[in-house]
Amino acid sequence: MTAREEILARIRAANGPAREPTEIDAAYAAIPRDYRRAHHDSEQRDDIVALFAERAADYRATVEPVPEADLPAAIARAVTGKARLIVPDGVPEAWLAELPSATTIVRDEPPLSARELDAIDGVVTGCAVAIAETGTIILDHGPAQGRRALTLVPDFHLVVVRADHVAPDIADALARLDPSRPHTLISGPSATSDIELIRVEGVHGPRNLHILVSG
Amino acid sequence: MTTPAGATPAPNGSMPTYLGMPSFPSAARTAVADSQLRRNLTHATTAIRAKRANVVRELDDWEELRQAGKAIKEHTLANLDTYLLRLEESVTSAGGHVHWARDAAEANAIAIDLIKRKNADKAVKSKSMTTQEAGLNEALAQNGIQAIETDLAELIVQLGDDLPSHILVPAIHKNRAEIGDLFRRTISEAPGDLADDPPSLTATARAHLRGEFLDAKVGISGANFAVADTGSLVVVESEGNGRMCLTLPDTLISFVGIEKIIPSWRDLEVFLALLPRSSTAERMNPYTTIWSGVANADGPREFHLILLDNGRTATLADETGRQALRCIRCSACLNVCPVYERAGGHAYGSPYPGPIGAILSPQLRGMTSPADASLPFASSLCGACYEVCPVAINIPEALVHLRARAVQSQPHYPERIFFSLAASILSSPGRMAFAQRLGSLAGSAVARRKGRIRRLPPPLSAWTDTRDAPAPPPESFRAWWSRTRGGAR
Repeated sequence: MTAREEILARIRAANGPAREPTEIDAAYAAIPRDYRRAHHDSEQRDDIVALFAERAADYRATVEPVPEADLPAAIARAVTGKARLIVPDGVPEAWLAELPSATTIVRDEPPLSARELDAIDGVVTGCAVAIAETGTIILDHGPAQGRRALTLVPDFHLVVVRADHVAPDIADALARLDPSRPHTLISGPSATSDIELIRVEGVHGPRNLHILVSG
Repeated sequence: MTTPAGATPAPNGSMPTYLGMPSFPSAARTAVADSQLRRNLTHATTAIRAKRANVVRELDDWEELRQAGKAIKEHTLANLDTYLLRLEESVTSAGGHVHWARDAAEANAIAIDLIKRKNADKAVKSKSMTTQEAGLNEALAQNGIQAIETDLAELIVQLGDDLPSHILVPAIHKNRAEIGDLFRRTISEAPGDLADDPPSLTATARAHLRGEFLDAKVGISGANFAVADTGSLVVVESEGNGRMCLTLPDTLISFVGIEKIIPSWRDLEVFLALLPRSSTAERMNPYTTIWSGVANADGPREFHLILLDNGRTATLADETGRQALRCIRCSACLNVCPVYERAGGHAYGSPYPGPIGAILSPQLRGMTSPADASLPFASSLCGACYEVCPVAINIPEALVHLRARAVQSQPHYPERIFFSLAASILSSPGRMAFAQRLGSLAGSAVARRKGRIRRLPPPLSAWTDTRDAPAPPPESFRAWWSRTRGGAR
């Protein structure tokens, strides 16, 4: 007997014979879900976006509300002092219009090695979805977000969150995603509580997370 | 009860890390005498308890989330074969490889073979309880493969040649000064004047591990959840070491216990609300990575999922004990447990310490060793663990159930003899009267001042070492009644 057959046989010995798939799916659908799908009123758009900004800042990310038209200037200010920035495909050219002349834009073409990424000072991206309740940004690594390593290895991550990205709560945010894609959920800069359960920001992931909330 | 656990081989060949550990009472006695350890634990658990209570209070539907989490896990366990097959299919169609392992040795052998085929002599590891349980690091070392622990606390444990003592914070037993000493001794990147504050210590770990991440060929992880319908694996973490291990190497191997499965993508809305608030007391943990098989030009080009049984199906067969398989490894039960707070994690002799460990370890390993048979007794049954458990595992109920099993598995247990004697006495009025007279005589012989019995000879001293007992009265009620008819005579 293979390990697979044996494990399945042990499970059936413990549980009784397998039920019909339709019966299992009906039992699954009947699971009581009396919790709230959102803890905040999704109709109150301004409140939801403000809540996102407040909760993201709780993690000691830098959060700035910015009118859409002021994005290029705000981005330029935020990346001041960064010599080399990597910018994934799909980031609007307009965002980069006012970058300081001392800043070089690097493209992931051909793809950079991890060592090369480590020599980059920061990354500028958009996002797929954000969650107001938890102050979380979700990347699905589609357009304007780049492959996962781009937002991981450089030490500074600037992310632009548009108001329409912000979902009130986890349930709504997950429902907007395509599960076949890889995802990264980001709630503040990397952190650890491994020494005396005291939170310290800045471990292996980007030590600085700068969020521009636009629109 | 000081027989080493290693004297009796575990039936599943599992969890070899802690062989030779004494049973809980003697290990706890040593731990309780360590005042530094008690200070470290009290400091850490007190802080996290208050924080958890705050973030849980924020959600007025916490109980409904908890009941949904419980129901989803119960449903999954009741149909585990079907969901495992669905997971296998979805991971495979997303380009991943699925392996099945009956026990730790089989899982380790699969991983070793995969790593050797990549001609790698080391692998970066993100924090994984399942590989800890399987003793993977030791198995890799025997095959010339270096496992590099990258979670800060796991690194502290590994550098100190120590054992983890907490599910979430494995180095909780060490304070900053002890960690500073360790880093100055073992990490070449540590600056000569490295201070003991947590930010400096954390920066040292970052510098130490950076090169390992960038050059890694093989990554090893566990998973918090495996979603059957989408083939998604979910790793919840804080430091970014998980992201590094899951993203940068070409080959990724994930060890996942068969109970980590959930049916559907939408179930994550429940568990991503329950887990971070219960474990690190945050609304959300800093990083969560979700992936399905392999992605085009993003992350590992080869993904292997190892599904591990290692005693889980045996646990599933126990109707009361199986609820331990709902556990999502948040460690809230450790942080509220008065026994854990005093005895610490090492006394439990298992990668799974605390209340959940006391019901999980003896079931996964079987109760043939004195150490495992002692674990269900490592509790005062106060119930705080049940109250905070995000999937409502009734740990006290399972403890009591496993105590019965522990007694039944050891036929010459003194309590068994005592209780059969008691049954015989209590079922006969004559024997009862005789025993009461005997008790009054013996009681007056051993009682000290104020009618208290302070010390009994062995083996009864096991009872009086920690308690006083009232001396039996000189005359029983029944004897007094038949003599006086309630004072009428």
